[in-house]
Amino acid sequence: MTISFFIIAAITIVGTAAAMSLKNLVHCVLSLTLGLVGLALLFLLLGAQFVGFTQILVYVGAVAILAVFAIMMTRSAEPMTNLPPASFRLSGVLIAATVFAVLAWAISSATRSLPSQSSQPEVSVNQIGVALMHQFVLPLEVIGVLLTAALVGAAILAMDETGASR
Amino acid sequence: MNWIVRNLWLVPVLPVLAAGISALAKRKSRVLAASLAIGSMSLSFLLSVWAFAHVLALRNSGQPSLQVFNFRWFQFGNEWLSLGWMLDPLTAVMLVMVTFVGLLIFIYSVGYMEHDDNFMRFFCFLALFAGAMLGVIISNNLLLLFMCWEIVGLTSYLLIGFWFSNPKAAAAGKKAFIVTRIGDVLFFLGIVWLYAQSGTLLFYDNGAGFLEHSAISHLLTQTTTTGICVATGIALLIFCGAVGKSGQFPLHVWLPDAMEGPTPVSALIHAATMVAAGVFLVARVYPLMSAHTGLADVITTSTALQAVTWVGSFTALFGAVIAVAQYDIKRILAYSTVSQLGYMMMGLGVGGVSVGMFHLITHAFFKSLLFLGAGSVIHGCSGEQDIRKMGGLGKLMPVTFVTYAIGMLALCGFPLFFSGFWSKDEILHAAHTWNISQAPFYMGAFAALLTAFYMSRQVFYVFAGTSRLAEEHHDHAHAADTSSHHGSGSPHESPAVMTVPLMILSAFALLLGFLGTPAWPWFQSFLEDAPVSVNFGAFLTGGMLPVMLSSSVIVLLGLTLGWWFFGRKPIESADAPDNFGKLSPSIFTALGNALYFDAIYGATFVKLTTLLSRISDWLDRWVWNGAVQTVTYTVLGFAHLDNFLDTNVVNSGFDEGCDTVSRSGKLLSMLQAGRIQGYLKIVAGALVVFTIFLLWKAKI
Amino acid sequence: MSPLSGYLLLSALLFSIGLAGALTRRNAILVLIGIELMLNAANLNFIAFWRYGPNPAALTGVMFTIFSISVAAAEAAVGLSIILAVYRHSKSINLDAMNSMKG
Repeated sequence: MTISFFIIAAITIVGTAAAMSLKNLVHCVLSLTLGLVGLALLFLLLGAQFVGFTQILVYVGAVAILAVFAIMMTRSAEPMTNLPPASFRLSGVLIAATVFAVLAWAISSATRSLPSQSSQPEVSVNQIGVALMHQFVLPLEVIGVLLTAALVGAAILAMDETGASR
Repeated sequence: MNWIVRNLWLVPVLPVLAAGISALAKRKSRVLAASLAIGSMSLSFLLSVWAFAHVLALRNSGQPSLQVFNFRWFQFGNEWLSLGWMLDPLTAVMLVMVTFVGLLIFIYSVGYMEHDDNFMRFFCFLALFAGAMLGVIISNNLLLLFMCWEIVGLTSYLLIGFWFSNPKAAAAGKKAFIVTRIGDVLFFLGIVWLYAQSGTLLFYDNGAGFLEHSAISHLLTQTTTTGICVATGIALLIFCGAVGKSGQFPLHVWLPDAMEGPTPVSALIHAATMVAAGVFLVARVYPLMSAHTGLADVITTSTALQAVTWVGSFTALFGAVIAVAQYDIKRILAYSTVSQLGYMMMGLGVGGVSVGMFHLITHAFFKSLLFLGAGSVIHGCSGEQDIRKMGGLGKLMPVTFVTYAIGMLALCGFPLFFSGFWSKDEILHAAHTWNISQAPFYMGAFAALLTAFYMSRQVFYVFAGTSRLAEEHHDHAHAADTSSHHGSGSPHESPAVMTVPLMILSAFALLLGFLGTPAWPWFQSFLEDAPVSVNFGAFLTGGMLPVMLSSSVIVLLGLTLGWWFFGRKPIESADAPDNFGKLSPSIFTALGNALYFDAIYGATFVKLTTLLSRISDWLDRWVWNGAVQTVTYTVLGFAHLDNFLDTNVVNSGFDEGCDTVSRSGKLLSMLQAGRIQGYLKIVAGALVVFTIFLLWKAKI
Repeated sequence: MSPLSGYLLLSALLFSIGLAGALTRRNAILVLIGIELMLNAANLNFIAFWRYGPNPAALTGVMFTIFSISVAAAEAAVGLSIILAVYRHSKSINLDAMNSMKG
């Protein structure tokens, strides 16, 4: 447990918590980006450089931009006026807190049996590439098909159904 | 083995592939369909020429020119079904002919079908036809041949009925399909019998094929209970298939009706290639056809070949007689095709493969030329097909007229310069020297006279005199062919895409005959693997010169008669009676109605079938239906009993159960608030509960 | 407290924050973002277990995370385009307005 872990964890938590609670949706996405960068830094800290950079590329680079686009296109950038009732929000937060409590209990009760090896594993992009092309080649292909299908599906869904309206 | 032999399958597969691709393409992609069909056909043509050159090279180096490639298809029981293809002179000649004529007709069709909405479909079918026809030619297995044969029949049906919104075309398609089916059923019986007897359907298989010596001699030793030799029986059954496909008497009735299809189809399928498939089949199984039990040195003709000769010569005469009294430009050509196919059969019967095949090849060129010329005339006259309403087209459509005249003279067998003369003369000469009877020779000679007569009648009607194309006919011209209507009223010459194929074909109609003159019988010796040399003395031996002279006289007499009746003074009016028909109107009307064969078949076979169906209808209605009704009423009785029990005993209990289910459903539906977050909350709650449950279990 | 349990607790906290967002917000885009956060928390779990697990050379955790990121990206793209389609349909992406599936 290093000091850097705590600093990055704090950034991540603040970013994500703000993303989930701010009123202006654009602000939400910006703070989400901060949280995701924190998460990527955590991956780097854990020695998974490739995953960390992928995280930055995919989430910070693509998903966040996509979300901003969606916000712009659905004209929900201005703050919401009719907020849900307080009881609704309270019940949601309460349930989430309960979930966290139960999970934390589970983790703390399992701490003794958890492994605590700390030697930094070496993993190069080369190794990942070889593994992707040998052991994991079938999942890789499936992911490729899935991404293609998602691309086509997203394009079709977002297409204007009434083509004549243009 | 040579590359071309191993890959001969490409020749039929390319057009089939083109058909498949254009079947999947968009309906409007005309250029794609046409270029696919024409491109694949050109490639097939090049491959065919290559195959032809290969056979030629083999022959020149003195090797056997027959090459086969067999492979195993599938196993049933302990036996393997082998398929394969072969390359021999017969195949090579047919390949080149079909691909070349086919290619020209494809190109012509681009012009002819230009205004048709179903351009795509037309080329798709046409390419499929070409592929199947090439399959018939190369297959080395009677079963494979039969399959391609049936696909050819199917495409013929599809293309005759191409303008299916015209009920006549639809009926003609059905008629062609059913009539040829009669022949094909017998053909298939022959195949089954052959397989049962010889255990193989391969033509050639290194001595094990059924056309090779051991199998044939085995078949000859067997006789059926009625005393017919098995080989003869099988040969006759296979010949039945050829009769159906090649429009021989008595199964000729479909061919004239097939002229309802687009004219390029008539040219390709119903003149040049498909109808010749029957002749080709007989030529292909010629060793089986000609097998006889007599001693080898005694010249005898097998029963099967005698049947072929008689059917052929009768059909030759019969078709020619009927063609004299037809008024539809395409029907004249159709009956002429029937007659010429009869000639080919007769040639096969009396003279062997090369005689019949030579006429097949020359006929393919000049008859497709005639049909395409007729198509050009119809195209130019805005869909008019009645020769009485044409006339004077010689000046308006010069290219069509000249090429048509060449085709007509080739068909008549005008002496020396036209291919039809040499090929027909060959047949007549063979018939003259036939050892069984002289009757086929006289029938053939008389048919030749009639051919010259009806062709000159047609040409005078269409091209001479003044135009009788009345204005009123433009409005209700032939419903189908108006799709090619240009909008201009007066007859006009066709575009170059149509006339250029005509010119190429007419060049071949002129020149092809010189490949098979008696002095230099290159074609015949090519098919028979014999050396060839120039020998002008051949004209003088074996009665060749008298036959040639007499047939020239016959042709000239026919043409003169045609001129006497129709060319001497021009036909003035479209409604005037036929100059020749005036001699005996009743006979002429009978001929005009094709000797009432359709009516006779209608009154006998169709009536019989109708009667049988009536009887089965009656049986169905009263006998089987009675039995079924009895069962029905019994079951109904049970049903009523059941119903009573159901309403009074089962129902009340069931209703109770239903009510419970529906009440609980209402209760549960309250949970389905339609709000996603509500569901999410339930899921999260469930997560908590399950985690606690797991932890609690782990503690214990 | 071992480093692993620290990461696990952080991941549980991120998961709960995502869940809270998904449960309380009415805007469909934010709900989707909340779900993405929950997925990311799971990814953090994978990486942490890979790093401190008995067999880091097997790369299983890394692989799983890579695939999970790809799937999440596909999911985000499809999800956001569904939201666009819904917006076009009902001129709103408020989840309250989407209750036509009410039983």
